Amino acid sequence: MSAALLIARRELYAYLRSPLGASLIAAVLLIDGLWFHTQGMSRTLLSAEVLQEFFYGASGTTMIAAIVLSMRLVAEERQTGTFTLLSTSPVRDVEIVLGKFLSAYAIIVLMTALTIYMPLLILVNGKVSWGHVAVGYLGILLLGAASTAIGLFASALARSQIVAAVIGASLLGVFVLMWLIARAVEPPLNEFFSALAIHHENFRSFQQGILELRRVAYYLVVTYFFLLAATKTLEARRWR
Amino acid sequence: MIEIEELYKYYGGRRAVGPLSARIEKGEIVGLLGLNGAGKTTTLRVLACDLLPTSGTVRVGGYDVVERPHEVRGKVGYLPDRPPLYDDMTVEEYLAYAARLKRVGKNDVARRVAEVEEMTELGKVKNQLVGTLSHGYRQRLGIAQAIVHRPELVVLDEPIGGLDPLQIVEMRGLVRGLRGEHTVIVSSHILHEISETCDRIFVIQNGEILWSGREADLSSQVEQGMRIRVTVRVAGSDGAGALARATALAGAVPGVSSVEPRDAAESGEGIASIEVLAASDVRDALCRALVAGDAGVLEVSRLRDLETTFRALLEEGAPS
Repeated sequence: MSAALLIARRELYAYLRSPLGASLIAAVLLIDGLWFHTQGMSRTLLSAEVLQEFFYGASGTTMIAAIVLSMRLVAEERQTGTFTLLSTSPVRDVEIVLGKFLSAYAIIVLMTALTIYMPLLILVNGKVSWGHVAVGYLGILLLGAASTAIGLFASALARSQIVAAVIGASLLGVFVLMWLIARAVEPPLNEFFSALAIHHENFRSFQQGILELRRVAYYLVVTYFFLLAATKTLEARRWR
Repeated sequence: MIEIEELYKYYGGRRAVGPLSARIEKGEIVGLLGLNGAGKTTTLRVLACDLLPTSGTVRVGGYDVVERPHEVRGKVGYLPDRPPLYDDMTVEEYLAYAARLKRVGKNDVARRVAEVEEMTELGKVKNQLVGTLSHGYRQRLGIAQAIVHRPELVVLDEPIGGLDPLQIVEMRGLVRGLRGEHTVIVSSHILHEISETCDRIFVIQNGEILWSGREADLSSQVEQGMRIRVTVRVAGSDGAGALARATALAGAVPGVSSVEPRDAAESGEGIASIEVLAASDVRDALCRALVAGDAGVLEVSRLRDLETTFRALLEEGAPS
């Protein structure tokens, strides 16, 4: 575990030293702010509805940011040859994956934390349920974890960052669009696909401030599954 | 220290290495010599546990690379042909990070980093960003990260690639300096480089060991003899006369099979150069014969065209 934290610290350092981390956070805050202003503050809505609009917008930017952040995690190191330092050190593949995941996720958490001023602005003209805020943010963080894990898996598969981004975005896109597939098929398959949808069915309750444990479990399982897949991909590469 | 038995590595259906068997003792400096694509890098990556073998057994320090890769990685320091360096870190930050990754105790990191910086002469650039280092310093830093955890085995893949002549000499000294504390494997496609630094050479071709032994054995086996260049001065004679005298005297020495005239190595009256091919080392007898025949010996040198030797070996296969 200490190796995972060591790798996470190094990666975090790389994000913060490069323009990527700061510019991505700035871009996400700008888009979230514009979305919040146009969809939430410029219309006559109840405070809870404004909050729902905010979480809806933030969920989209979080998914995109997770893919952008994670595409470089393994693929960039392969391109530059630095991955050899990790793969020939006495560090387990699972520690490499965890370290990489934690670094990108830390940026997601920081980015999400910086949006807190938007729910606070609602307080100026309305009332905010702190439970709603907490559940909504929990949903954003769980969605961010699952999206980062998907992006990391794509990065472990690909040889270049661009290919990693395409694979990650495609995978995430399929998970987002599961609700459309659910509409097109008959029961009980529709329920199955609906339950797999990473945003529509599973995120809506968080957006509305309703905490459902099965939705929490869904995001944890997706995160675990893709981190495991990324670890197995790294292990398999040694045998190729 | 290292035992390799019937190692095979396939990339898809293509055999990159195998069958390959070898044994390397503790403290040896061994050279892996072969042309590009011969299987050197794949073999080294298997030893560093970066790749796992398709079949066969590889043990490093008693640990099997398939069964105990984690332990093997702790015993090996690896410099790939492209040093794995993070351009956005300073030299000192990078070495500290590498040391921690390689399980150097937290309290020992600063001391160990200072030691390898001194050993590899990186002290004066320790606060510089890695991305701003010259190629020579990048190679040094690559070696420093490979030895920072005091590995039993140091694996260096083409460490002199892209270095200028001065840097090559420094790198040679650095690799020689690893003798004693580490077992070292160096790969190169340049025989001269390998022969300068290694105790033993493995010549590898098409993933198999074609020949192994000392460089001197390789030269004598492949060339089947020794070539010696001699420059003489015969007082009171012109160049042609000196050449004729030297040829006659050298030709009479037992063991000499042929004597060829060469352009005089230096200008002056009565100076001539010859090239002698002999079955064994006849340099002392040759000098005595020339001096006894009133030909002053200005220069005697053994000709070692190592690259020709290497090419002959690859073309002809393993010498018997």
